[in-house]
Amino acid sequence: MKHNLNSTQRSWFNINDPRVRSVIYQILIILGVIWAVMTIAGNVVANLEARGIATGFRFLGERAGFGVSQALIEYSSNSTYGRVFFVGLLNTLLVSAMGIVAATFLGLFVGLGRLTPNWLVRKICMVYIEIFRNIPVLLQIFFWYYVVLQTLPRPNQSIALLGDLVFINVRGAYAPRPILESGIGILTTMLILAVVAVIALTIWARRRKRDTGEEFPVLWTSLGILVGTMTVGYIATGQPLVFEIPELRGFSFDGGMRLRPELLALWLALTIYTSTFIAEIIRSGIQSVSHGQTEACRALSLSERQRMKLVVLPQALRVIVPPLTSQYLNLTKNSSLAVAIGYPDLVSVFQGTALNQTGQAIEIVGMTMAVYLLISLLVSAFMNWFNKRVALVER
Amino acid sequence: MKKLATVAASIAAALTFSAAAQAATLDDVQSRDTLRCGVSDGLPGFSVTDSDGNWVGLDVDTCKAVAAAVLGDADKVEFVSLTAVERFTALQSGEVDMLSRNTTWTTTRDASLGINFTGTNYYDGQGFLINTDLGVTSATELDGAAVCVASGTTTELNLADYFEAQGMSFEPVLYDTSDQTVAGFEAGRCDVLTSDTSQLAALRIQLSDPEGAMILPEIISKEPLGPAVRQGDDQWFNIVKWALFLQVNAEEYGVSSSNVDDMLESDDPNVSRIVGTSGDLGSLLGLPSDWGYQIISQVGNYAEMFERNVGPDTPLELERGTNALWTDGGIMYAPPVR
Amino acid sequence: MPFTPTPARPAPISQMGVIGWLRKNLFSNIPNTLLSLVALYVVWQVLSSVISWAFINADWVGSSRADCTSDGACWVFVSVRLNQFIYGFYPAEARWRPNLAFALLVGFLIWLAVPRIPYKKLGGILALTAFPVAAYFLLYGGAFGLPVVPTSRWGGLLLTIVLAVIGIVLAMPIGIALALGRRSNMPAVRLVCTIFIEFWRGVPLITILFMASVMLPLFFAEGVSIDRLIRALIGITLFQSAYMAEVVRGGLQALGKGQYEAADALGLSYWQKMNLIILPQALKIMIPGIVNTTISLWKDTSLVVIIGLLEVLGQVRQALADPNWLGFPAEGYIFAALTFWVFCFSMSRFSQYLERRLDTGHKN
Repeated sequence: MKHNLNSTQRSWFNINDPRVRSVIYQILIILGVIWAVMTIAGNVVANLEARGIATGFRFLGERAGFGVSQALIEYSSNSTYGRVFFVGLLNTLLVSAMGIVAATFLGLFVGLGRLTPNWLVRKICMVYIEIFRNIPVLLQIFFWYYVVLQTLPRPNQSIALLGDLVFINVRGAYAPRPILESGIGILTTMLILAVVAVIALTIWARRRKRDTGEEFPVLWTSLGILVGTMTVGYIATGQPLVFEIPELRGFSFDGGMRLRPELLALWLALTIYTSTFIAEIIRSGIQSVSHGQTEACRALSLSERQRMKLVVLPQALRVIVPPLTSQYLNLTKNSSLAVAIGYPDLVSVFQGTALNQTGQAIEIVGMTMAVYLLISLLVSAFMNWFNKRVALVER
Repeated sequence: MKKLATVAASIAAALTFSAAAQAATLDDVQSRDTLRCGVSDGLPGFSVTDSDGNWVGLDVDTCKAVAAAVLGDADKVEFVSLTAVERFTALQSGEVDMLSRNTTWTTTRDASLGINFTGTNYYDGQGFLINTDLGVTSATELDGAAVCVASGTTTELNLADYFEAQGMSFEPVLYDTSDQTVAGFEAGRCDVLTSDTSQLAALRIQLSDPEGAMILPEIISKEPLGPAVRQGDDQWFNIVKWALFLQVNAEEYGVSSSNVDDMLESDDPNVSRIVGTSGDLGSLLGLPSDWGYQIISQVGNYAEMFERNVGPDTPLELERGTNALWTDGGIMYAPPVR
Repeated sequence: MPFTPTPARPAPISQMGVIGWLRKNLFSNIPNTLLSLVALYVVWQVLSSVISWAFINADWVGSSRADCTSDGACWVFVSVRLNQFIYGFYPAEARWRPNLAFALLVGFLIWLAVPRIPYKKLGGILALTAFPVAAYFLLYGGAFGLPVVPTSRWGGLLLTIVLAVIGIVLAMPIGIALALGRRSNMPAVRLVCTIFIEFWRGVPLITILFMASVMLPLFFAEGVSIDRLIRALIGITLFQSAYMAEVVRGGLQALGKGQYEAADALGLSYWQKMNLIILPQALKIMIPGIVNTTISLWKDTSLVVIIGLLEVLGQVRQALADPNWLGFPAEGYIFAALTFWVFCFSMSRFSQYLERRLDTGHKN
């Protein structure tokens, strides 16, 4: 014990030694945690036994016996609870993905609107943010669902848009659905080739810029390549893609693609709520880039677009991405409010209906929590990686 | 300092931990001097709050009868409104002493949830409500329909079973409460609304145009609704069970809240056992000897309870039907009080 | 002849006053002008329809549905139910009790928030000791001759405030402890705190509330039952303390390393270092963050409606289900939205004010 030589007590156990104390604290804390976990586990087991509640994951293989309105994978009431879990999980991921894409665009739009020179637009964006940021998202979901979407006309009086191609009524929005026919394989191959070409072009353009400093219009060229290939291919392969148009038949519309009002309300509310936070993140990210950078750009006579693209955005992104990711995570977690309007997400069908039918609270709530934890761990792992990559190397 | 200790103790006692020992619910209820009863969070005729915040309904009266028997006062009930999902946990954990929340008696619930059903206070069955202008007259024509249904109930399972058995497809539209299912039906979100038939009548009158909707003739399930208690406390199980049986017996022998005082003088041994003037049945259950008298005088017999909450003079306008006494062609039958 | 400069000419009329402002901010070039006109049209459309629906064509007085005759909003629906929206089923004759408790709360907040009022320390101590006891007996009763009002009768705005205030007050110390633990140099403590924080942050609040309402009773020894309001509070507090811990950690990290090193160099112990040097500085940096988490918590209390507790939103939904008042979802939800909005907006303004006031100019 080198550090302790001066002390009169030479024993390894010296309560005045911070290291010894720290070890004692840690042992105590670990013991405390173990005790708490054991007590809870013991209570749970005793309670389950005393109350005769079934345990285990056997229920996952049993027949669920209830219907689910929207399933991305095949599902019927004869499917198992295990399948219910995946149906719910996919629905959660679907609405989260839709919400993230839409909220990013809307947030970008509003965030830039907060920075335009136009006073009126700035104020509108500010009012939009202040209104929707300060109202609980659950209330917004209710509002869209019960006040807006449930007052739409019935199926037989649907609002028709785009010349009877798109219909909107209280049962949702209907649009033509693409149907794939033979020849689609060639078209898909062409699409893949076009994408490869675009990637190659991007890499080449980047190299050229690095070597010569010359810009190449990558975006427009890529768009041209993609659209051009697809148009030529579509005609050449004999138009393998036709559309099934929704029709009023029986009780409601049949055929076509359908966006149920539950999904629509949830999507709208999550998008609008999250977009206000994203807008503020984008605004403060852009403002965080010091004005000197802008002046330097002007001195170098960069155009406004070049300034944004080459100088301001790369620096702003460093500030924007971490809070943006946590907003994406929040949106995913908020999608669990689906249960309030009966959109069949994980919490609604699995933690709601399945839990109620089986009564196995521990297993089901545990599985649901594990899913969200896994998602947020994956996202934080990404964020740590990103932070390491872009962190300013100081000093 | 002592005062502070009392304050702390009373906080701890009153708000956080209320002992609800498994074996002696009766003692707990008596020492607390209130019955905690889990009811539905809003179901016309069964348990709803009126505009003054008082609970009324058939399920509510079932709780009140138990409170009258145990505590001698039908108003000493604390009603805890429970959602469908949390009702069983609330009972299991002792948050409520009994559950009277239009809960269907099924094998799974009896055997795997650690609860016991004590009887049936309403025999129900599931049916369909549909708009007349759709021209549907039978549930077998409902292929492809969107169906509004309250989530987390046996209703949801029966629905899936029925459509499966008929080889038809459907789109379930889930709502939290029965009121929201009506709103969804009214808005046209679904073509059909399904619920227990006792509810369909009540829900129909909530529509802006009740004449425009009809109840289809098919009854697709059996729904014996009744109170439930925790397993493992047989004394309490007996009390809740016999409070309801006593009300049915009282109707059978013509004892009601209006004549119960006269019946105290009755020579009929059946009647005097009900009102507690002969044969001390109360003490066998662990109750005061006048338990029957208290139930009848404060809550009434089964017929009164039925008429007051769901009968023809109420908005629900339900006939006795299967819920009539066995002597009147129904199946409401209770073992004898003796 | 002495030099007398000609007085400076005023700026051209097009550069100053209202016209100048308009030119500069709205009509500086053609795209901008077009944008302004479109925006103006949209604003006009929205405002005119909202105002005519909510004010001009609205019905304000009455007692039943029949009093709503015009085609605008029917605020009668809200005014008839207002007491329920605020107090839930709290008995009418006892409503002075929550009123008094709320007045006390506001009094303490003003005491603590307005810089000019002295005796801040005393106020803080009273607010954390005497006030909770007083509020408990006022709201719940059971002493001093106040009859007990069971928590099942609490509701509306009262419940929102109870959940938010208790949640935030309990989460604060737990959050600080967790944040210190996460930055501790004892690996076991760090691990436990990190797992705890990340667990609660990774899970949606609704799942936590579900857990609190369905699973929590199974965690306790047999025969122990906990009031459902307390269960919801446990869930909210755990959730909130994890977020609070991250705010505190942010504040601790914002302090320069020099502060820690200087404290160490002075030979201060860990707790002296924290109490005298780090926390006083860090808390100042954290205040906006704390207000922001309070705002989120305020909004999140609306989620308890899903586990059957009827706060403002829950009461509104209950009222919307009343057969006599079907068909006024817009009025109900807008009232609830306005209630939340007023609280959250004023808190966010307060946070911005604090940020300006506490900004001492030397940032690390």
